[in-house]
Amino acid sequence: METFLHQVVAGLATGGIYASVALALVMIYQATHHINFAQGEMAMFSTYLAWTMIDAGMPYWVTFFAAVLLAFVLGAAIERIIVRPVENASALTVVVVFIGLLVILNSLAGWIYTYTIKTFPSPFPKDMLGNNKFISAHEFGSIGITLIVLFALYAFFRFTPLGLAMRAAAQNPQSSRLVGIRVGWMLALGWGLAGAVGAIAGMMVAPVVYLDPNMMSGILLYAFAGALVGGIDNPLGAVLGGFIVGVAENLLGAYVIGNELKLSVALVLIIGVLLVRPTGLLGKRLVTRV
Amino acid sequence: MSALLKVEKLHASYGSTRVLHGIDFEMEEGSITALLGANGAGKTTTLRALCGMVKTEGAITLAGQRVDGKPTEDIVRMGVAHVPDGRGTFTTLTTEENLRLGAYARKDKSKLAADFDLIYNYFPRLKERRHQQAGTLSGGEQQMLAVSRALMLSPRLLLLDEPSFGLAPLIVREIFRIMKRINEEQKVSILLVEQNASMALELADHAYLIETGGIVLSGTAEQIKSDDSVRKAYLGY
Amino acid sequence: MSAMDPTRPDAPKSKTAIWIAVLLVVACALPFVLPNYRIFQFTLVMVYAIALLGLNMLTGYNGQISLGHGAFYAIGAYVAAILMDKLGVPYWATVPVAGVVCLVVGFLFGQPALRLEGHYLALATFALGVSLPQLLKYKHLEDYTGGVQGIVIIKPDAPFGLPLNQDQWLYFFTLAITLVMFLIGWNLLRGRIGRAMVAIRDHPIAAETMGINNAMYKSLTFGVSAAYTGVAGAVGAIAVQFVAPDSFSVFLSITFLVGIVIGGVGTISGALYGALFTQFIPNIADQISKAAPWAIYGIFLIGFMYVMPSGVAGLVATIRARLARRRAGSNPAARPAQSAH
Repeated sequence: METFLHQVVAGLATGGIYASVALALVMIYQATHHINFAQGEMAMFSTYLAWTMIDAGMPYWVTFFAAVLLAFVLGAAIERIIVRPVENASALTVVVVFIGLLVILNSLAGWIYTYTIKTFPSPFPKDMLGNNKFISAHEFGSIGITLIVLFALYAFFRFTPLGLAMRAAAQNPQSSRLVGIRVGWMLALGWGLAGAVGAIAGMMVAPVVYLDPNMMSGILLYAFAGALVGGIDNPLGAVLGGFIVGVAENLLGAYVIGNELKLSVALVLIIGVLLVRPTGLLGKRLVTRV
Repeated sequence: MSALLKVEKLHASYGSTRVLHGIDFEMEEGSITALLGANGAGKTTTLRALCGMVKTEGAITLAGQRVDGKPTEDIVRMGVAHVPDGRGTFTTLTTEENLRLGAYARKDKSKLAADFDLIYNYFPRLKERRHQQAGTLSGGEQQMLAVSRALMLSPRLLLLDEPSFGLAPLIVREIFRIMKRINEEQKVSILLVEQNASMALELADHAYLIETGGIVLSGTAEQIKSDDSVRKAYLGY
Repeated sequence: MSAMDPTRPDAPKSKTAIWIAVLLVVACALPFVLPNYRIFQFTLVMVYAIALLGLNMLTGYNGQISLGHGAFYAIGAYVAAILMDKLGVPYWATVPVAGVVCLVVGFLFGQPALRLEGHYLALATFALGVSLPQLLKYKHLEDYTGGVQGIVIIKPDAPFGLPLNQDQWLYFFTLAITLVMFLIGWNLLRGRIGRAMVAIRDHPIAAETMGINNAMYKSLTFGVSAAYTGVAGAVGAIAVQFVAPDSFSVFLSITFLVGIVIGGVGTISGALYGALFTQFIPNIADQISKAAPWAIYGIFLIGFMYVMPSGVAGLVATIRARLARRRAGSNPAARPAQSAH
């Protein structure tokens, strides 16, 4: 029973990571109907930037916020410079550009930082929760940070004028222009936020899986699965899906198939969802009157 | 009163297809002007051109400033509110959120609450449905919402594209009556594009007739109403 | 892209035929002129060309985006390796078997893929590409796959006592297979089937109403495309002499994507240009840094999408058309040559 609980908790911790990345994916999908294949690498690269700062002696939380800011700027810049020219191009063109971005970020990280794995610190002192068997300090802290980020984003989109404007721009760019919203900047903002969220996810997961350029590829896959399970056009769904996938992955890995086939599970999940219920658990069909 | 809007030799194209062939017209501040014409004449294109939504050549002057070539968002910020054909409602957002968005580019935000009250006064049905998803409103209510959203900008110029489309005559009359009130009470100039000429001419003081991308007739609403040949061709009697 | 369409009637067949003949002669002469490691490199060029032709059929001609073709290459390679290592099957027999296995697997994968378009299909194939290496390392399959270590294969000798060394023989073996595969592909793509594939890509609804069974064509295309890549994988495995899970990561799939984008999406010659690029550019780039080839891939991918979306094949076609126009300009009676690859 103890191990089961611990597996669930560990699943929630990794699920939180998947939920964050899934949320980033959904934010971009909602606004552009594109799937950002480079999301994982953007997160990984931001985490490396954080590592550089920590390595240079900067205190953790200063680095944390600096990295988030940098990731935001990076995301917005990528949208404005690289994605904007192909915004309305064919699916193949867009996919190719995203893959190109993935590859560039991955190789840049490998070139600057080499492929040797690096350790990344956790800000949560190991003895923070005493000596319990259910949840480690980092797992607890990670889930906490994830929840804070998710709630902050929710509040931003729901209650602020800028958040409303971003939702509008994603939903109906033409009408948004007619109320004076600068749609292009809303898109850049969305990418910036996605980048920032990804960076946080990266910094939460790096202490566990160690930092290396290929750190995020498996996570990206799980995040995709989570986003699809929850509904790729629904932020709440993405978050839910991420947590579900995290717990399922852990439980399946511990009790059913062992740890080695987990990625295949993700594959099966992805294909399964796409076939059986492409809108996911919470994806909605629009209700409009003609 | 000076001309609020002045259009000179305006051409407009969709891609390589030219739709407007050098039209000229003017609007006085405080007037209600109708753009009439059959389907495909170029009326909607004219409104789109005024908002920078299509490729144009020629001069568009708003309150003394040239606006041709400016992006839509900038023209909106100069006080031009456009209610497009099809309403352009944000269907997944609530009624109130739609109205808030209307106020996004407003210069003076201090009177926002008062303006909400004003709108709800004109359109009590919207107040009832404030928290309802906008896509579930009836056609008439969505039209009211679209107009209200435009008014939340506190615009100088209101562009209405086929407000009567798909609505029962009773509702259209109600909306037009409110338009008249808004024009008089809030001093908003209105440029109205309509296929339903008779209703438009009752609301407007001036009118222009567009045929295949060019203006063929202009005058006061009275003149157009009493012009026999026009009447026969466009009003059907 | 339609200028690249081999389904268009081409005017001077003789010109293209001459080029191909020259190419063949050069190809046959190479192994007697180059050192062994270069012969090996060109063998790999041909292997990639087959794989890229396969991917191009699916993504270029039929519009189904695949980010997971590395998986089919891997399957072909492992089929060949397992047959040779565990069952003692002669190397030349493993190639058609690999092709058939991948045909079936591809067709089966194509079934669920039918309902997926654009990004979603890319996503599903991406998942395939990412997860396959893990499957290959699975310890319960280790007896067959050799686990993380993989399988080592012995390079074949030239048969019938021909005076060729191993590399040269392998080169000609590959050349023969390449010719066969390209010939089949050429016929497929130039005929009714090719036109149907393109129709499905460009106007799926119209294609359906014209009586084309979209579902059947799309699944078949997936299968054939996988078969081509599987054949390439088998020959590649024999050439490289070993298979291991980590050689078949998602980056292999991305390499193939790069290949067809640079070579020219939706063309046959593009497969060849792409293969040349894939084999030689990383070697040059490697001298700068281990990570550099990928950075270059990435930059080329993005750059080509902005600037040269029809790839090298497109550039070649444009140049040929311009030259033809100039000639036609000086001789008004001559028609400008339609470029058809």
